[in-house]
Amino acid sequence: MKSLKYLVAGAATAILAFTGVASAATLDDVRAKGHVQCGVSQGLPGFSNPDENNNWSGIDVDLCRAVAAAIFDDPNAVRFTPLSAKERFTALQSGEVDILSRNTTWTQSRDTQLGLDFVGVNYYDGQGFMVRKDLGVTSAFELDGASVCTNLGTTTELNMADFFRANNMAYTPVLFEKADEVVAAYDAGRCDAYTTDRSGLAAQRIKLSNPDDHVVLPEIISKEPLGPVVRHGDNQWGDIVRWTLYAMIEAEELGVTSDNVGAMMSSDNPNIKRLLGSEGALGENLGLTNDWAARIILHVGNYGESYEANVGPATTLGLERGANALWSSGGLMYAMPMR
Amino acid sequence: MTVTSHDTGPGAGPGAGKARSSLLYDPKVRALFFQGLVLVSVVVIGWIIIQNTVTNMAAAGLASGFGFLETTAGFGVTWTLIPYSEESSYGYAFVVALLNTLLVSAIGIVLTTLLGFFIGIMRLSKNWLVARMAWVYIETLRNIPLLLQIFFWYFAVLRNLPSPRDSFVIPFGLGVINIRGLYLPSPTMEPGFSLIPIGFVLGLIGAYGLRRWSKRRQARTGQQFPDVLAGLGLIIGLPVLAALAAGVPFTWSYPELRGFNFVGGFSVIPEFVALLLALTLYTAAFIAEIVRAGIQAVSHGQTEAAHSLGLSHSKTLRLVVVPQALRVIVPPLISQYLNLFKNSSLAAAIAYPELMLIFGGVVLNQTGQAIEVLAIVMAVYLTISLLISLVMNIYNRSIMLVER
Repeated sequence: MKSLKYLVAGAATAILAFTGVASAATLDDVRAKGHVQCGVSQGLPGFSNPDENNNWSGIDVDLCRAVAAAIFDDPNAVRFTPLSAKERFTALQSGEVDILSRNTTWTQSRDTQLGLDFVGVNYYDGQGFMVRKDLGVTSAFELDGASVCTNLGTTTELNMADFFRANNMAYTPVLFEKADEVVAAYDAGRCDAYTTDRSGLAAQRIKLSNPDDHVVLPEIISKEPLGPVVRHGDNQWGDIVRWTLYAMIEAEELGVTSDNVGAMMSSDNPNIKRLLGSEGALGENLGLTNDWAARIILHVGNYGESYEANVGPATTLGLERGANALWSSGGLMYAMPMR
Repeated sequence: MTVTSHDTGPGAGPGAGKARSSLLYDPKVRALFFQGLVLVSVVVIGWIIIQNTVTNMAAAGLASGFGFLETTAGFGVTWTLIPYSEESSYGYAFVVALLNTLLVSAIGIVLTTLLGFFIGIMRLSKNWLVARMAWVYIETLRNIPLLLQIFFWYFAVLRNLPSPRDSFVIPFGLGVINIRGLYLPSPTMEPGFSLIPIGFVLGLIGAYGLRRWSKRRQARTGQQFPDVLAGLGLIIGLPVLAALAAGVPFTWSYPELRGFNFVGGFSVIPEFVALLLALTLYTAAFIAEIVRAGIQAVSHGQTEAAHSLGLSHSKTLRLVVVPQALRVIVPPLISQYLNLFKNSSLAAAIAYPELMLIFGGVVLNQTGQAIEVLAIVMAVYLTISLLISLVMNIYNRSIMLVER
């Protein structure tokens, strides 16, 4: 159980010590092995979660499936590596995974210091607190003196410290490595509050013994732009992952869905034509085929479809689009022009 | 690889001539040559590894070096021995984490030694029930993986404690127990408090002097003096006298329920208790076996001789058997102390804030400097293990058989 962590750290050290870094030509490596190796969370419903047959689903998973669809025309040409918050960056640095798609917050220091590149945002989130209803707490500003459970080594941990310091309140952090351990500790009453991204609170709440006994407080104490990460230095691979995400967002904007993508092939709209590859060379520019985006939409769907299927109001998480709506509907989701 | 040389062999004696070829065939010279070769290749390979790592890290865009130790940590720690805040540096967080590791190891080593000796002697009892109980204890605890035992104490036992509002109250106002930990009253110092530790130190010195004096007197006259009891009297009595003389210079601070939890007094977190229990009980099972082996290694004739001299059973054990058994016990005991210290790193699995969790976990992840952080952690475990060995080896030398 803990051995993976040492294995990853050991592998990173060994690879850095004895070989050249697998920096360039990730695409060639991926083609040679026939699948994309994707680092995901250890189980966060809506983002990346395995079912009883070990089939992964979630919006983070969909991004990896979309990359696989673009390269192999097969959304199942992905293998998943579940990673804890602590293991994730080392696993990517050491080449154990090709993409880290694991509700990871884009921060300046991570982008510059860890040999990583953040390529986009697939979920705009913010950190919140969950408490037991019977505590009678209605605001995060009433948490002075509380014990708070959270994951160690995350931005969550730092934001929590900043929040309590900024508001001159005392608190006791109780830090666990695995999300499940945090949930179990909070559920048993070891902590008064549980803090993580609000999407995470919605997802973990389902795992509590009595979800209705708990309430998420209204305050959002941080910005948490979550998105996929690749190794620094392989620009082609970074481009592929970035434009895969943009293709999904652009498809939603243009109204192209997994159901109508066939019919849309004959659309006269030049934007749709370029996206689906009947005009221009967007796919070839990435080192792929020109129907790359059509494959993504056909196999995985557009961003809106992925959102509604995994975290939207109709799912158990029940998260409204909010900041994650398209820019044209007042949200932050904005694909760079596909031309 | 020592090769004995043939100083008196052919070619080595005076006037043997052909100095050059003899140098080539001299086993001593050849041994030195090959050892030098090994040393040089180890150094060269090590240098290549370090250079390669540095180059590759730079190529991968990874920050390197130890400058990060001075950066502000920004995270909180559950439980610290010394004042710590989010504004402290990563280096300071390292010290905080190290102290937590040392605390649980030191208390663990003392407790496990006491318990291990107790169980080990129980195991040899002539009373069937007592010996069986010790046997069951040893066989159960040393055959279950330690991590499982930590989880057992933490998740199965301590998790069932009541919430702060339904705390279990220890009678006579001695404190409360709840899922957040154990809360005890603590003394708050007032002026004149320093007399008490001074009294304690004087008591220690007095007890040591008394013991030396009584030993010399016994050697000279054969008369015994109750030095242990008198010494204890000094160690306890002097601080008490000092406290009374200073007019009881402290007040008790009692834990009270304020807001979410008990505040004030002295508290112990459940993670510490779970780790300490698991480490102590697990290691004690091994120490019990070591103690049993040590005692059984002392020839039975020694016991019989002591009995025939009229020594009581407990005196035989204390003055004849145990001192001889210690010579067998101490070397493997050192290994158990080292194991306990290193096993404390398993606390990273629960939330006890020790070196592996705070430094090898939080700091590694916040900085991303895996190589530097792991190198520091490894160096610390190595250094402290060697220190424990050193101290125990000095003790071992002091009790070794003095051959005359």
